[in-house]
Amino acid sequence: MAEPLLRIDGLTKRFGGLIACDAVSLDIAPGEIHAVIGPNGAGKTTLVAQLGGALRPDEGSVVFEGRDITRATPEERSRRGIARSFQITSVFAGFSALDNVALAVQAHAGHSFRFWRSVAGDAELEDPALAALERIGLGDRAGDPAGDLSHGERRQLELAMALVTEPRLLLLDEPTAGMGREDSDRMIALLDALKGERTMLLVEHDMDAVFALADRITVMTYGKVIATDTPAAIRANEAVRAAYLGTDEVA
Amino acid sequence: MKPDPKPVKAPSSATVQSARTTAIQIVFGFLAVMPLLALALDEPFYLTLFGRVMVYAIAALSLDLILGYGGMVSFGHAAFLGVGAYTVGILSFHGIESAFLQWPAALLFSALAAVLIGYVSLRTSGVYFIMITLAFAQMFFYFFTSLEVYGGDDGLTIWKLSSFGGLISLDDNLTLYYVIFTALGGCLYLSHRLVNSHFGRVLQGIKSNETRMRAIGYPTMRYKLLAFTISGTMCGLAGVLLANQSEFVAPSYLAWHRSGELIVMVLLGGMGTLFGPVMGAIAFMLLAHFLADLTIYWPVIFGPFLIAVVLFGRGGLHGLIGRMGGKGG
Repeated sequence: MAEPLLRIDGLTKRFGGLIACDAVSLDIAPGEIHAVIGPNGAGKTTLVAQLGGALRPDEGSVVFEGRDITRATPEERSRRGIARSFQITSVFAGFSALDNVALAVQAHAGHSFRFWRSVAGDAELEDPALAALERIGLGDRAGDPAGDLSHGERRQLELAMALVTEPRLLLLDEPTAGMGREDSDRMIALLDALKGERTMLLVEHDMDAVFALADRITVMTYGKVIATDTPAAIRANEAVRAAYLGTDEVA
Repeated sequence: MKPDPKPVKAPSSATVQSARTTAIQIVFGFLAVMPLLALALDEPFYLTLFGRVMVYAIAALSLDLILGYGGMVSFGHAAFLGVGAYTVGILSFHGIESAFLQWPAALLFSALAAVLIGYVSLRTSGVYFIMITLAFAQMFFYFFTSLEVYGGDDGLTIWKLSSFGGLISLDDNLTLYYVIFTALGGCLYLSHRLVNSHFGRVLQGIKSNETRMRAIGYPTMRYKLLAFTISGTMCGLAGVLLANQSEFVAPSYLAWHRSGELIVMVLLGGMGTLFGPVMGAIAFMLLAHFLADLTIYWPVIFGPFLIAVVLFGRGGLHGLIGRMGGKGG
């Protein structure tokens, strides 16, 4: 394998007596979609939170593009090229969809210590924002307040906010959570269209999504990685079947 | 996700906007001709009263920048009022009367105080932020109380007002009135540009969802600290004007209930609207003044009134005018 884009080594996070993340090690290769699956409480979200910088690991290290980012703040990671979507939808509800994305563009367009000119109508922010909205199919909702969007649309909006920062790694925490079949299929198609263009670490419960998208799958239970392999090999893995998947789900 | 309260900004219908524009024109028109009215009614005191009202309008406006747009509930904003006023008072006491020295010095000290208070306080949020800003303001309060040379508890009379070297004289009440009037207009315009700028949008994003702002790459602390400093400096300017208007400075300028009054003015007018807090300050000061004329039990009327406006008048006076405009148009 080529030099990994992201190398996670022995990452451990404890909450009191609970070990939410227990010496997790895994590599993400450039260009791959890497899915992390596991039952509830397996530590997937804790893992993503540590990769995004929202949580500090107790032990272990995270190396991104050869640089140690274990202690970097969320904003530093974003600037280095790691974008994150949240498990619970997190947008700026009072802002229009366009302004949500424009705010993400602005974050990566130099500093924002600009005090005089109006930000509304700034084409350098709004053009790429609108392009991103159109790409994910929200072009016609650009002017609507994000709070008025449906749940599925808000998740798409989150994806647009992440994409517009041109990330080299996308951390997606359950992008189809809470979606109906239709919305969820649309999200899978969106992510599939990004395959090869963006490297992704995807935490997901929807097995259809995982097996449709992932190049490799890591299975976690009780904070530990029990297997990392190709989808086909994961399907066939006895330990995974026993621990998690259940025969009918994999069929 | 934090529940994100709908911003006070109303549906952007033209009638609502025009009702608000009309309100701004009426208020500023009234303030502009106020001295004539005072003359006609033979009530020179009105000049002082409305000058004072506008000083507090500047202070409330400055608080709205961080409270309404940045979600930072500073319960110690009177500290900056005090720093601005005391800088004028103390320099004047030592014979340094030039406004060209006094005013920049006052703004500089207010800014420094804001950087200091902000740098520490902004590490916290919510109730802790409220408490720590209050604690800082109390420290400043006791600091000035302990300065016996400058009057301690009793305060310091300013015998010589800020001097503009013969250009204009603040000793003339009418001139002073229009200096304050101009300062208010200038601060309102500056704030308007600020909240609609790139910086302003970042500030509003932080108020809406700071975690998300950091995740998309904003070092939010820097933006909050700068906003806090701009706000503190503007409040310092209000202090400069207050000192010249009262010809007096005292620790009571920094008392905690004054910080509370500023918050009430912002809520009363409608936070996150800039002009709302200006109206809030005017309404607050005038009501307090005229109710006090009416009866010594005026707080019994004033208190419930404030509670009613904050509870039922969503968006304060600014929201009320927007709704009236929406209906009328």
